[in-house]
Amino acid sequence: MIANLGYGAVLITGLLALYGIVAALYGLWRNRPDWVESARNAMLLTFPLLSLSALALIYLLVTSSFEVAFVAEVTSEAMPTYLKATALWGGQAGSLLFWAWLMSAFTSAVTLRKWERDREFLPWVILVGLVTLGFFLLLILVFENPFERLWALPDGSVEQSILRPMGGVLFTPRDGNGLNPLLRHPGMIIHPPMLYLGFVAFVIPYAFAIAALITGRTDDRWIRITRRWTLWAWLFLSLGLVLGGRWAYDVLGWGGYWGWDPVEISAFMPWLSGTAFLHSVMIEEKRGMLKHWNMILIITTYALVIFGTFLTRSGVLSSVHAFAQSAIGPAFFIYIGVTFLVSMGLLFYRWNDLKAKNQMTSLLSREALFLLNNLLFIGILVICFWGVIFPLISELATGQKVTVGPPFYERATAPLFAAMLFLMGVAPLSAWRHSTARTLGRAMWKPFLVSLLAPIGAFIGGVRLWAGLLTFWLAAFVASVTLYEFWRGARARSRRAGEPFPVALWNLAKRNRRRYGGYIIHLGVVLMAVGIIGIEAFQAETQKTIPQGGEISLRDYTMRYESLAFFDTPDNRNVARAVVSVYKNGKYVGELHPRRDFFYDSQQPMTIPGVRSTMEDDFYVLLVDWMPISSEGATFKVFHNPLVNWLWWGAWVFIIGTLVAAWPDKDPAEMAAATVKVPSRKPARARAYGD
Amino acid sequence: MKKRITWLLPLLSLSFLLLGVVSVQAQSGTPHTPTDDEVNAVASQLYCPVCENIPLDVCGTQACAQWRDLIREKLSEGWTTEEIKTYFVEQYGDRVLATPPPRGLNWLVYVLPPLLILAGAVILVQAFRAWKTPTEEPLEAEMAPSTPEAAFSDDEYIARLEEELKNR
Repeated sequence: MIANLGYGAVLITGLLALYGIVAALYGLWRNRPDWVESARNAMLLTFPLLSLSALALIYLLVTSSFEVAFVAEVTSEAMPTYLKATALWGGQAGSLLFWAWLMSAFTSAVTLRKWERDREFLPWVILVGLVTLGFFLLLILVFENPFERLWALPDGSVEQSILRPMGGVLFTPRDGNGLNPLLRHPGMIIHPPMLYLGFVAFVIPYAFAIAALITGRTDDRWIRITRRWTLWAWLFLSLGLVLGGRWAYDVLGWGGYWGWDPVEISAFMPWLSGTAFLHSVMIEEKRGMLKHWNMILIITTYALVIFGTFLTRSGVLSSVHAFAQSAIGPAFFIYIGVTFLVSMGLLFYRWNDLKAKNQMTSLLSREALFLLNNLLFIGILVICFWGVIFPLISELATGQKVTVGPPFYERATAPLFAAMLFLMGVAPLSAWRHSTARTLGRAMWKPFLVSLLAPIGAFIGGVRLWAGLLTFWLAAFVASVTLYEFWRGARARSRRAGEPFPVALWNLAKRNRRRYGGYIIHLGVVLMAVGIIGIEAFQAETQKTIPQGGEISLRDYTMRYESLAFFDTPDNRNVARAVVSVYKNGKYVGELHPRRDFFYDSQQPMTIPGVRSTMEDDFYVLLVDWMPISSEGATFKVFHNPLVNWLWWGAWVFIIGTLVAAWPDKDPAEMAAATVKVPSRKPARARAYGD
Repeated sequence: MKKRITWLLPLLSLSFLLLGVVSVQAQSGTPHTPTDDEVNAVASQLYCPVCENIPLDVCGTQACAQWRDLIREKLSEGWTTEEIKTYFVEQYGDRVLATPPPRGLNWLVYVLPPLLILAGAVILVQAFRAWKTPTEEPLEAEMAPSTPEAAFSDDEYIARLEEELKNR
């Protein structure tokens, strides 16, 4: 009953999406605003309907209705309720529904905005939103239906389908398979929704870009409308990536946070093009340039969003043959191809209208440096894309499977990341339009001198690795430049307006939250870079089998193996938990409990590290193995991860910075004033310096 | 590509040094039981032939534990890291290596990204050139008031900041 309700709601939403597409097109063709309005209403209805459907599935999951195939696949009786509910995105069919649900929320929200001056965008935004939504609904309805039930047939086999097959009797398994144990972690509960939110929110700027291309409005209005949407999309995507890294660090038990796995990279790629987009739109807003490039970036980001979902969902990563067998793989492939080609076709159709009248006057101007930053982001994107795609090409061409692993990505991207850090230090000091080596040098020398303290300090502290010293210098350089910018702006303001320094700082940041939010993000990136170089370049590990009371030493740390206990838990796990005392320079600093959980229902083990975490370093202990008969000897793998905590703290700063930049303006009058200045129909050139 | 390799050279040389120590020990002929660290140093360069994208030193499956035992056995027999890697490639194909061996089609994986980035840089430089050819006079006039000398007095900075903040 509930399953039918959920399915019915998806079906009606699908039909509604189809109707909305037709109505929007008809309204445009016949110039009938009432039809466009009707399409908008259809769009708005998709959200409550999909909410109903998603809630129906959550209800089925929570009540352990194992006659529904998806519920039996991802939950089991023993799982706690919150995990049952979040199993919604624990499997393919459910996550597609979840994707569609979030998508409808975002597109509905954007259609609710006031459209007075941008009326001509509305039908096209609805159209793009509904086409994307419709594609996902089609996947759910035709290929991956989470509401299919299990039916026992007279010949003893079990079939899953929505409608009762001939002679079929509803079949309810006694228990479900249970969620993949690796996914039973708080990080894994929030990580997918964040990624999905990031993914679907990037559809909004894309929809407006397409609307701008079709309507021929070549000003930067679409960018201004979607500015905050883009920032929110980017925030969610960043959060999703960081949470994924944290989850890997806490659960996967290999001492790291990022393995350059194709699944990780598929979420990283839209982030790269999205970040390039966030920077380069500023050039269009300020200087009316790079209109083509911004279009290409947002079209690419949209394609990568769908491509990311495709990579993780189609089975193409395990083998091109699995892709050919999977039902949804080819559908995704076709959809990405068609939308990409159509979007690019539109761009070429408008190519001449988008020509900028401004020029680049200096190679050191802010806009020129932003372009360089774009080159670096896209360079990293190219490396990632090629690394993910190459094994598939190799398999197709030669039948030979190859692995493109971390060493490839690390070697190829490291110089680009370093160059990016350097740019982050230089660009905030350069001015729009005109900067010379001399003006830049004048602005830079103070922060530069201060930044030298970091590598010198590190050298005295015993660091000899030049990549480490270089990164420390770059990080310190960006940090001092950024802080210097805050200080200089606030001091100038405080002198001029007679405000006390903290007030001046506050008011300054309030004047342009995107700029200063951006700087806070840069500071976050600096902290993250320190954490990353700490673990990447200075990590140490060792593995030993020791008897009870035995010790393993690594750098300043010593761990003593105290005991090992085995017990069963109510949620069907068998836990082997070691107690380990940790000493730093001979001084007792605490106890760790690395453990190995064995999940009976899925027959899967999971290694959970014991971690002592400080700002200086992490001491990370894994219980690898133990003697089967007695609990006397056990094997531990021990990691010393210097500075890795900076990565997580940096991520917090990063997120705060994004919130500062993305938070909606409180004062509507100020918003109005900020937007009224922009003449909607005039070409961008007219206001490049106007206000 | 060369430039990229030099960047992580210290890191790589460190790991090679480590490997060197391992192989020297292994080659020295005296039979010894390899430590877990020696086994892991080899295993971390190999990928699990059955699981997707998991290095052999961290893979938790039974099969991988047996492969690690195999590495241990080979090390105790005096095999070098390279010999063990070659053995694994012969048994399970190129996919056990962390990066594709540079031959045949595989060259593409190393050559294409630098070429594309280079092409991007060239396009960028050309775009700069095209943009820099003055087509409009007024722009020069706009630039005039800011002499480099005055640029970093407080007033100039405030003026610039004000302009930048206004034009959000």
